[in-house]
Amino acid sequence: MSSPWGAHMRVERDWEGVAWLMLDRAGERVNSLSAAMLEEFDRVIGELEEDPPNGLVIASAKEAGFVPGADIDELEAIDSAAAARALAERGSKLFERIARLPFPTVALIRGHCLGGGLELALACTYRVVVDEPATRLGLPEVQLGIVPAWGGIRRLPALVGPPVALDLLLTGRRVSARRARKLGLADVCVAPRVMENAARRVVMSGRQCRHLPMRELLMATVLRRLVASRARARLAVRVRREHYPAPYAILDIWARHGGDASAVPDADPASLATLACSDTAHNLLRVFRLRERLQRLGLEAGGEPLQRVHVVGAGTMGGDIAALCADRGFDVTLQDERVEAIAAAIGRAVVGWRQRHRDDESAVRAARDRLVPDPEGHGIAHADLIIEAIAEDLDAKRTLFSRIEAAACTDAVLATNTSSLSIEAIARGMAKPRRLIGMHFFNPVARMPLVEVVSPRGAGRAAHSRALAFVHALGKLPLPVASAPGFLVNAALAPYLFEALRCVEDGIPPATIDEAMCAWGMQIGPVELVDRIGLDVALAAGRGLGLDPVPAQLAEHVEAGRLGAKSGQGYYRWKDGRAQAGAAPGAAPGLAGRLVAPLVAAAREALSRGVVADADLADAGMIFGAGFPPFTGGPLHSEARRQLTETEPETEDQEDVFP
Amino acid sequence: MSEAIYIVDGARTPFLKARGGPGPFSAADLATACGTQLLARQPFAPNALDQVILGCASPAPDEANIARVVALRMGCGHRMPAWTTQRNCASGLQAIDSACAEIRLGRADLMLAGGVDALSRTPLLFSDAFVRWLADWRAERSLRARLRLLRRLRLRDLAPEPALLRGLTDPVIGQMMGQTAENLAARFGISRDEMDTWALRSHARAAAAREAGQFDEIVPLIGPDGRLYAADDGVRADSTPADLARLKPFFDRKYGNVTAGNSSQVTDGAAWLVLASERAVERHGLCPRARIVDCAWAALDPAEMGLGPVHACAPLLARNDLNGADIGLWEINEAFAAQVIACLRAWEDEDYCREEFGMDCGTGAPPIGRINIDGGAIALGHPVGATGPRIVLHLAAAMRREAVARGIATLCVGGGQGGAMLLEAVE
Repeated sequence: MSSPWGAHMRVERDWEGVAWLMLDRAGERVNSLSAAMLEEFDRVIGELEEDPPNGLVIASAKEAGFVPGADIDELEAIDSAAAARALAERGSKLFERIARLPFPTVALIRGHCLGGGLELALACTYRVVVDEPATRLGLPEVQLGIVPAWGGIRRLPALVGPPVALDLLLTGRRVSARRARKLGLADVCVAPRVMENAARRVVMSGRQCRHLPMRELLMATVLRRLVASRARARLAVRVRREHYPAPYAILDIWARHGGDASAVPDADPASLATLACSDTAHNLLRVFRLRERLQRLGLEAGGEPLQRVHVVGAGTMGGDIAALCADRGFDVTLQDERVEAIAAAIGRAVVGWRQRHRDDESAVRAARDRLVPDPEGHGIAHADLIIEAIAEDLDAKRTLFSRIEAAACTDAVLATNTSSLSIEAIARGMAKPRRLIGMHFFNPVARMPLVEVVSPRGAGRAAHSRALAFVHALGKLPLPVASAPGFLVNAALAPYLFEALRCVEDGIPPATIDEAMCAWGMQIGPVELVDRIGLDVALAAGRGLGLDPVPAQLAEHVEAGRLGAKSGQGYYRWKDGRAQAGAAPGAAPGLAGRLVAPLVAAAREALSRGVVADADLADAGMIFGAGFPPFTGGPLHSEARRQLTETEPETEDQEDVFP
Repeated sequence: MSEAIYIVDGARTPFLKARGGPGPFSAADLATACGTQLLARQPFAPNALDQVILGCASPAPDEANIARVVALRMGCGHRMPAWTTQRNCASGLQAIDSACAEIRLGRADLMLAGGVDALSRTPLLFSDAFVRWLADWRAERSLRARLRLLRRLRLRDLAPEPALLRGLTDPVIGQMMGQTAENLAARFGISRDEMDTWALRSHARAAAAREAGQFDEIVPLIGPDGRLYAADDGVRADSTPADLARLKPFFDRKYGNVTAGNSSQVTDGAAWLVLASERAVERHGLCPRARIVDCAWAALDPAEMGLGPVHACAPLLARNDLNGADIGLWEINEAFAAQVIACLRAWEDEDYCREEFGMDCGTGAPPIGRINIDGGAIALGHPVGATGPRIVLHLAAAMRREAVARGIATLCVGGGQGGAMLLEAVE
């Protein structure tokens, strides 16, 4: 027997009287929960209430996954408190209804199960997760500047205990299927071949739901406020409420409103209405869209796919690029004239893979097997892509590329990871100089999401497309930029860093400068960043960009061998990989404005010279490549908004937000 | 032999001496690391091979059909047939011979054949008595029966037994390999001094060859900790006759002459060869380094297994209308110094030859200066399965260097067999 068929889901009953509700949103690749979908869901649940099955399995008919969350377009459209409240209630009422069904329910989770999707799963009696790499569970709302409003803040701590729940809620972290089982988020974790049978057996099992151990039960009840205030203190170390109010709101909702987001009065700073209408949420949504746009650039680039990658230079950048490629399934040969350097790079790579794959030694082994030491450069002849990452020495790079060009396949993509040299200059010795493109990774490669893909004028489209698709396959965001000194990110970042160094010369203590910029929203202060980059590298980059005059102190430090973190002394003294900053004496009003202005100016300059195609891409580059604070929406976006608001006299002084 | 078979490339890992505990690489790790580096320099893609054959005397329990495990790990693809050969010390030579047979039969054109063993990783076994006791324990349910069983358990039953020692003991005659070498020493009157002199020669030759850069078939190994292993670690350029003389006999503890110093070293290592038919050479533009002409196998009394080379070379030479003088270079695996010397004595011994083969051995033993010119397993190590491919690969290189027309690589095989492979230079 099979009952209601709708646009977005269907229900079938099997021989045991178990109803299978298959989510299948019409016209979309994924099951994002739109208003229309929730409405139909509500109707279907109503029909099931009238003719109750023995149990209900909620699963997805989509290849891509279970449910990726609420519909982003609808989130974006929220412009009033009423709209926010309506959205919150739509889902929370439905999920409450599902939670109260008189028969057992199970969510069968394969692929992504995020945000509203996980809140739906939490409303079910049981959760079965499928043990596949693509299976990811999490509540990433906080990353969009909003809060889970469909019962997640109430149900998650009750299921897995406050410590785990708050970690997931406040960071937006996603967990794997196995981890979900370990945390108690899922009841069973099974192989795909038995998932349907497992879901049927679990829903009919009548098994007891998980009870929290006494300690966590206490934390979730009588100690709730204490736990929340502790978490708030830890949170304050990481993010500031004025920049990112959402995680603070989550703690308020859990501690003061029983986890019910709808119970918060609209005027309260923790209310969904306040959050969803805030600049932060709009900007974070914008960042989400920018990310999607860069991903699409890679996804839709097309071109012949790459399999064999050859990396020349096993230093920090080359070694880390090779490690990333091998981890993402490419066959990699790593060349360096010093085989010791290759060995060291592989040693570093193994550490990184072990962290990424946790206990999965077979994944580490597979990556290791794919990363082949190649001191003599045999791999050049068969590689689909050759990435050069040797020291920034023009002559050495030129010689290398004329050799590479002679040995490589005619259709291989040739790329340099240079950050300060001109691609055209490097290509000058080549027979076909237009073959060379830039592929500029950022340090540390494993963590920085952006890769600048540089196409000099006249470069082939095919190589460009293949490079974009390759960067996407690495799990990175490709940013197409034109060939210009410093491309986009370094060209905009360097004037900001140099301005900070000039402030040091003006007598402002480094710690004060860094503190001011962190208070403004940067994750790391500019002076400390220079120390981390290396003073010699910064000086060379500044000279390459023609940023004259370079700060005199910087040149002195480099002269004296005080190169920053790597030498133990730069603008700060370094111990165990940390800058010994000490307390920041005094405050410097207007400092942030002084420092950010050159960055914004340089970004605008790059835009006007056509280094990036539009302002959104410039913002994306600075956010994902230079860590420009996401809550601002990017340098050009925030600058434009500032100019807009400055013309309105009734707005209060913006000095604190964006001096 | 209609079809010509060429060695077009090959590589081996450094041979790493077993130093008490398990080494840094499993057998599959060794063969994979060696093979990926070898395949990365070929003009063909790894999935263009027709088959992968790997010889291994003691794969770990999780390396069943280790050839297939390694083929998959090397990126040869799901469709790559792969199989493992086991013929003790000749496991790897058998892999090469089997690959040749496939090509000769016209069933394949491009083969990857090699050998591997990680002797440092051979397991410790429970004693048979303890295994039986455990089975009884699982069978008994009652407390009383289990108490009775507990009383039966003896401390000495708990002592683990190294699988390596069992593997190196002939199960039919109950003699350790080193004891079969003692048999030969007794039969041919080989002194401790002669053995040690051969061992010193092996180290000196290997050290000189390394100095001269003659081991360019070695590709580096890199441990998960980033440690680099670039060279064989058992070669001792500085050992003296006095050092060797101090060592105690290992196999016949009190009265024997075979010591750890004049035996091959227990090591971990892998070696691979790319073998191609004429067709494959043309299709992929490969560069032949030597031609494999023939391979012969023979068997003899397990107690004298060390004479295997003598027995295998006789039919090999006869079949190809050659005699010893036609062979410009020899690789005779040094399982034991006594065993190599015994082979030389047997070749010179008219009586032995007439007795064993009913004919003259021909021209007698090859000149010492033509044998193992770059050292042997006493200095380099003997990771059982990898040895055959190592000596064939090195012979091919040495033949080019010395501009020699023909060479033989031969080894003795535990259990009483011998294998020998005839190579011919290509222009």
